[in-house]
Amino acid sequence: MQPIIKTYVIPGDDFTHAGEASGKVKAMLKQLGYDSDAVRRIAIAMYEAEINMVIHADGGKATVEIHPDRVELTLQDSGPGIEDVELAMQEGYSTAPDEVRALGFGAGMGLPNIKKYTDDMKIESIVGTGTKIYMLVKAGKTS
Amino acid sequence: MTVKDLCDKLSLTVLTCGDRLNRETNGCYIGDLLSWVMGRAREDAAWITVMGNINSVAVAKLADLSCIILCEKASLDEDARAQADANGIVILSGEDPAYELALKLYEASKS
Ligand SMILES: Nc1ncnc2c1ncn2[C@@H]1O[C@H](COP(=O)(O)OP(=O)(O)OP(=O)(O)O)[C@@H](O)[C@H]1O
Ligand SMILES: [Mg+2]
Repeated sequence: MQPIIKTYVIPGDDFTHAGEASGKVKAMLKQLGYDSDAVRRIAIAMYEAEINMVIHADGGKATVEIHPDRVELTLQDSGPGIEDVELAMQEGYSTAPDEVRALGFGAGMGLPNIKKYTDDMKIESIVGTGTKIYMLVKAGKTS
Repeated sequence: MTVKDLCDKLSLTVLTCGDRLNRETNGCYIGDLLSWVMGRAREDAAWITVMGNINSVAVAKLADLSCIILCEKASLDEDARAQADANGIVILSGEDPAYELALKLYEASKS
């Protein structure tokens, strides 16, 4: 079966629309009948990556591939990149500026949440070029 | 327990989506850091927080939380109110601090 492929443009520094792409993907997966626990994990993982692009990378692009047994997501930006990915993956590590901390971000839990909620994740990042996050969540239809 | 029961038993004011109070609610999570909430709160939990901004609404929606309870009358941003109404997210407001609200919620869930 051919996967359903969707792409979304994520605007940078825009907190009003942040989460819209994740919301759309969530609604679509629900409508397609994917298991609700998997849908919830995908929605949260995608939102974490989406909001990271908004906060840390001035936006980017998200691609979602929906297969019968899994959902694969790739979020790619042309931001500053991550110098030490291993460090960034640690709980509590954050470079978020004060003004976004005041909004409730900056706990340094976004990337750890992605790891927790996905079955596979990979980060490719080049300083000065950008960051690409790939995630896979096994998901099937309940109906 | 429905959000309506919770609202009555904790003496909360309904700020958004008054037509959605029949939703089931189960358990609670307290916190203001959004990624902690997304990582730890369970589906259908009531979320007690002081964060009344538009991002809280996105979190409640994506994490399938039953409602947001703004404790100690924490303020709700206008754009967050509009977003919540548009997305079916119930936001409630209470005078009590988080601890008292959680205690009352626990009592309510037992009865
Ligand atoms: N797309 C990105 N581009 C550049 N840096 C990033 C990107 N995503 C994450 N980072 C870096 O990794 C750090 C950790 O990210 P993580 O999402 O775990 O925490 P946070 O965004 O700082 O806070 P939280 O997600 O808890 O609100 C960030 O503070 C930032 O330095
Ligand atoms: Mg983050």
